[in-house]
Amino acid sequence: MILLRTVDLRKQFGQTRACNGLDFIINKGEFLSLVGSNGAGKTTLVNLISAHLQPDSGQILLEDRDITFTTVAERIKAGIARSFQIVNLFDGLSVFDNVALAVFSRDGKTVKMTRLADHDRDVRLETLEVLGQFGLAGKAATPAGGLAQGERKLLDVAVAYALHPRLLLLDEPTSGVSTHEKAQIMDTVSSVVRGGMVTAVVIEHDMDVVFRYSDRIVMMHEGSFLADGTPEEIRANQEVANILLGAPLTA
Amino acid sequence: MTRETRQLPNRSLLKLVAGAAPILLVLILLPSLIGTYQVQLLIYGLIAAIAALGFNLLLGYTGLLSFGHSAYFGIGAYSVAFAVAHLGPHSMEFYLLLGIPIVAVTSALFGYICVRHTRIFFGILTLAISQVVYSLALSFYWVTGGSDGLRVPRPALLLGLLSFSGSHGFQFFIKSYYYYVLGIFVIGVVLMWVIVHSPFGKALQAIRDNEVRARFIGLRIRRFRWISFLVSGTFTGVAGILWVPLNGLTTPDVLYWTFSGEIVFTALLGGFRNFTGPIVGGIVFTYLKTYAVASTEYWQLLLGVVLVTLVLVLPTGIVGAISRARQRLARRSAVT
Repeated sequence: MILLRTVDLRKQFGQTRACNGLDFIINKGEFLSLVGSNGAGKTTLVNLISAHLQPDSGQILLEDRDITFTTVAERIKAGIARSFQIVNLFDGLSVFDNVALAVFSRDGKTVKMTRLADHDRDVRLETLEVLGQFGLAGKAATPAGGLAQGERKLLDVAVAYALHPRLLLLDEPTSGVSTHEKAQIMDTVSSVVRGGMVTAVVIEHDMDVVFRYSDRIVMMHEGSFLADGTPEEIRANQEVANILLGAPLTA
Repeated sequence: MTRETRQLPNRSLLKLVAGAAPILLVLILLPSLIGTYQVQLLIYGLIAAIAALGFNLLLGYTGLLSFGHSAYFGIGAYSVAFAVAHLGPHSMEFYLLLGIPIVAVTSALFGYICVRHTRIFFGILTLAISQVVYSLALSFYWVTGGSDGLRVPRPALLLGLLSFSGSHGFQFFIKSYYYYVLGIFVIGVVLMWVIVHSPFGKALQAIRDNEVRARFIGLRIRRFRWISFLVSGTFTGVAGILWVPLNGLTTPDVLYWTFSGEIVFTALLGGFRNFTGPIVGGIVFTYLKTYAVASTEYWQLLLGVVLVTLVLVLPTGIVGAISRARQRLARRSAVT
């Protein structure tokens, strides 16, 4: 079952073709890793799917519904949420409020002005549940700006997850943390995402992490897809290995 | 877990009531202890606090610095003056009922234009609009009285129950009006407290902290900023409505940009990162300015020095500095 499909998707920055006619398919329920060197177009692709950028041409279809020209808010409503490579949080607000706001927003409750946010029992319980899933319950009252880097990365994912997406786009959820923490973060993220039956697309550089957690790996290079397959297939692919090792492509 | 979650908000509410009750009690008892002039000053202080409270919803909670809040204060004041000149009942309730929709509509209108931009561009737009209002008030003198302004006599309070003519009218008015303004001040503070702790208020703070992420949890940024502007302008407008019967006169001075500057000063003085900052700032600024004016003809210089010192030494304002000092004390006592 296909959840999302792009048709001949193109985006160009000056002379750089960041997405050079991509036909991308995301299947329901899979944990997909996008890999490739810097500048391969991975983040651009995620930005296009999440409406952070508008494509130059091409289509984005969510279960055959054309969402190419919908806004960020509409895409969130349709079930597409994302996290950010450089952590994007509400640093002045508590960890609790960061997640609670996503829940309020999803439920259309942010218009309420005359009710205390803390008095909404449903939102409070759900927020605590999400924080618990991401191992952040103990930090609920801490300002998001006061968290350690690993916790900030997790909270960034938790905020997106709290929107109840069908498709979760994670742009380098483990960048900037130690190797040890990487595994912890990926364990948490993959177990929550799989437990919640959420389809996930993860941009990741660490190939150990990629091979260990993914159902499917898609490799990009200079705005195009280079390889697409299960971890075993990718591991066996010599062309991919060359690029990952930094060797030049030979004709 | 359930018990903990149920207690969380109630405790914060209780703390608020416990903290506010003694202050309210002092404010209620104060007029019988001090002279009429001091009471009058205190009313000005409460009014400045309401204005700054409104202003700070934009600066402190939404992250937008308005340099044109004199417009909403002035429009509130002028709407009362017009009502005195042209319309029926000479009653404060009538002025509030008439003035609040007027300031709300103008805030909505001007806000709609201003929130299309942020940062310095937003500030310049608010400033420009307020200066347009100012020059309109100056040039349409047959309506506005030009630089002479418009007179506003003491209105009746509480649906005509209290009126203030005769020999002791002034003292009686000041005392009654103090409690009148205090009542509206309390309503305003509670209302604002609820707003900033509501989901809406939290969304504003989210937008302030990180606009990109706010968009990616589905918030419609511009609409939130617009409504924040509307509420903010209306609060400041109510302050203007309350101010004019006390002052007895409104002139274009309250529309001029320097008055917007005073509102900014007020928020900085108290501390714009705290809920109570603008309240403290409003009262302190009123006394500061009054005594500066009384003691030297270079009072603006004096205020300038205070402002520079403030920005350099107490960037978080009076309330910010106090709460930091308290935290430090608590930490020290925890260590020993």
